[in-house]
Amino acid sequence: MPIAVAIAMLVLGSVAFHLFSPWWRTPLASNWGSIDSALDVTLWICAAAFILLNLFMAWTLVRYRHRAGHRAHYEPENSSLEMRLTFWTAIGIAGMLAPGLAAWGRYVSVPQDAAIVEAVGQQWQWSFRYPGPDGVLGAAGVKYITPDNPLGLDPLDPFGRDDLLVEAGDLHLPVGKPVKVVLRSKDVLHDFYVPEFRAKMDLVPGIVTYFWMTPTKAGTFDILCAELCGTGHHEMRGKVVVESPKAFAAWQAQQSSFGQILAEAPPAALSILLIKANACIVPATWSIR
Amino acid sequence: MATTLADDLRPLHHPHSWVTKYVWSQDHKVIAIQYSVTAIAIGLVALVLSALMRLQLGFPGVFPAIQPDNYLQFVSMHGMIMVVYLLTALLLGGFGNYLIPLMIGARDMVFPFVNMLSYWLYLLSVIVLVAGFFVPGGPTGAGWTLYPPQAISEGTPGHQWGIATMLVSLAIFVAAFTMGGLNYVTTVLQARTKGMTLMRMPLSVWGIFTASVMGLLAFPALFVAAIMMLFDHFAGTSFFMPTMQSMGAVTSTEGGSPLLFQHLFWFFGHPEVYIVALPAFGIVSDLISVHARRNIFGYRMMVWAIVIIGALSFIVWAHHMYVSGMNPYFGFFFATSTLIIAIPTAIKVYNWLLTLWRGDIHLRVPMLFAIAFIFTFIHGGLSGLFLGNVSVDVPLSDTFFVVAHFHMVMGVSPVLVIFGAIYHWYPKITGRMWNETLGKIHFWITFLGVYAIFLPMHYLGILGVPRRYYALGETAFIPQSVHMANEWISIAALVVFAAQSLFFINMIWSLFRGPKADPNPWGAASLEWQTPQTPPAHGNWGPKLPVVYRWAYDYSVPGAPRDFIPQTEPRA
Repeated sequence: MPIAVAIAMLVLGSVAFHLFSPWWRTPLASNWGSIDSALDVTLWICAAAFILLNLFMAWTLVRYRHRAGHRAHYEPENSSLEMRLTFWTAIGIAGMLAPGLAAWGRYVSVPQDAAIVEAVGQQWQWSFRYPGPDGVLGAAGVKYITPDNPLGLDPLDPFGRDDLLVEAGDLHLPVGKPVKVVLRSKDVLHDFYVPEFRAKMDLVPGIVTYFWMTPTKAGTFDILCAELCGTGHHEMRGKVVVESPKAFAAWQAQQSSFGQILAEAPPAALSILLIKANACIVPATWSIR
Repeated sequence: MATTLADDLRPLHHPHSWVTKYVWSQDHKVIAIQYSVTAIAIGLVALVLSALMRLQLGFPGVFPAIQPDNYLQFVSMHGMIMVVYLLTALLLGGFGNYLIPLMIGARDMVFPFVNMLSYWLYLLSVIVLVAGFFVPGGPTGAGWTLYPPQAISEGTPGHQWGIATMLVSLAIFVAAFTMGGLNYVTTVLQARTKGMTLMRMPLSVWGIFTASVMGLLAFPALFVAAIMMLFDHFAGTSFFMPTMQSMGAVTSTEGGSPLLFQHLFWFFGHPEVYIVALPAFGIVSDLISVHARRNIFGYRMMVWAIVIIGALSFIVWAHHMYVSGMNPYFGFFFATSTLIIAIPTAIKVYNWLLTLWRGDIHLRVPMLFAIAFIFTFIHGGLSGLFLGNVSVDVPLSDTFFVVAHFHMVMGVSPVLVIFGAIYHWYPKITGRMWNETLGKIHFWITFLGVYAIFLPMHYLGILGVPRRYYALGETAFIPQSVHMANEWISIAALVVFAAQSLFFINMIWSLFRGPKADPNPWGAASLEWQTPQTPPAHGNWGPKLPVVYRWAYDYSVPGAPRDFIPQTEPRA
């Protein structure tokens, strides 16, 4: 008997916890409302199943508890009942899968007009790169990395010269403009994660990954790493500043391009850079054009 | 009708000394106990590690001995031990070994010597695993998923030797499991007694059998992944290692794919979830049926559900990788296959509930654990739909929601079944009865405690609190209340941790002082309760093998004098 009461109380307690606990999604700051609503649909269907099944169990435990002279009903199976239950379960599953897949369909289709920005992860910090006026990120690879070229841009690739580099600084994005975030890791796996944007994706060394979103709310948000990357994983933080297009343009004007950095570098550093780029075995480079 | 190889005249490996009886034993029951004791012992290590993790999360900064490196090592070792060395070993090596021959009416496993080797190799794998705590740099802190490149790169604790002992231990474990698994599968297929058709087997055997087949297919993926990573680590190959930087220098590796490892790992890892779950499903079905005095509802559907879940579980693995950077179009397929698997799983839940429905429910300790399992499994199964539903997974992946989900569904749920099963079969295994009051106190603290631990974690995850964080630090979106929640969760965890001592006190005390148990205290119909001796003697069945005339679920049959009819009772 106490177990039936406990089950019923746990169901009510869970519902109460859901309604009154202070923890729920952060306020949405991107276009991914469809992910939130897919979660809501999933939640409502699952909550209904959770409540119904457990209350049925609690009732059964009371109603069919052992009493002297009571005997269980012998019924090996009941195909029509099992079929009906299977059917309704399938309906419920389809009901939550549909919005889930629909949102995913949007998640994997990057809009044509999306701006590009690159986030580069390393143990344990974030850097960023903008494609500059040509709108194209220059090729890059780990083997090009020198102290003067921390993001490993190919110095011989003309597309890279106008790229704007933000090493270990904040990411700035204009509000309301779709952006494809291209992800690259210098060392191990990382994951670009801003809870308010909902979207996230791993950074995988050796390949370039991406996701897209439209920031919809101005403000400053934390960037976290969501893929275990070693001792400093919890300290791998960054900031993303979402601002008006005007403020964004003003900020961008202050950033230095790869070309400027090369021009300011001492000649010795430059020759090291070029030697690396001209090495007989040129490694596969990463680029998104 | 099944034909049987295990006829009465089969020569048995009779033990001649104490050593061959209890140490180098080939008796499945002794091996089962060896497996179980070893698994529970190493499981206690994992339990202590979880308490240490909770100390850090609940009271950050209070225990300066726990540094980020230590924390990640606790996380990694806790996960791997619990999933592989405790749950898999205990459910298959422990319960599989004990129950299969007794439930199908065999004298032993068909390859007793291989069975013995399986245990000793398992013990070796545990020793190598534990050695990881003592090598320079300590055990690996790469997470139980052991993802390269970080698992073998600077910046990850234990990247030099800890990972090596882990990988070697896993390879040995796979060899041990293969010996055991081949035995379980062959025994079920070949050594059933006269009358024991496949569709008369108890669901425990179906669950263990299907899980063993799955293990034989899934563990090789883990094995090759471990060997390949050992090559990357020691021989300079680049299976999983791309061109990358490590400590400011470019590595000599080139062209390897970290994603390849993830595919191999989860091709093992997802079936592994069901390798743990299916034996638990089977066992809990039997507990519910026996203690509700009612036949398991929809037996044939239950068998097919087990088999279908087992088969489908091989085509859902990439739902662990929606945000891994794999081709995102895979998401459509894997979300669909993952949610389809919910249907046979839901059928199992319905049939457990329908077995209780119109039953005659005796709320003894094993049944309490079975009921608690239904509750936590419904919870954990449903939260899995969030994570399987691809786009919903994006904000939730790598947060505490995932931690809450998998602990509920494949931590808490199977462990509740294991407790129920130990209470249920203890009188048969030891011939003595445990203390009811202690058992009930243990149940209530454990059940309510684990829910208090894991329910709030779902909500922390929905808020966005990331997992595998040594400390949350100053993070704008994480309010002070989260730190408070972490404190409370840790307190609940420590209470549950301490309450497990009641279980051990009960089991050990009862072993020596418990009242003598009835050979069939629950009035169960299945074969293992019909042995001539309790505990069953070597060879299980005395001079003649039992003959089976009916399924294992003839409870409360109308017109029968008692409310159960043993499988050995001829039809009128």
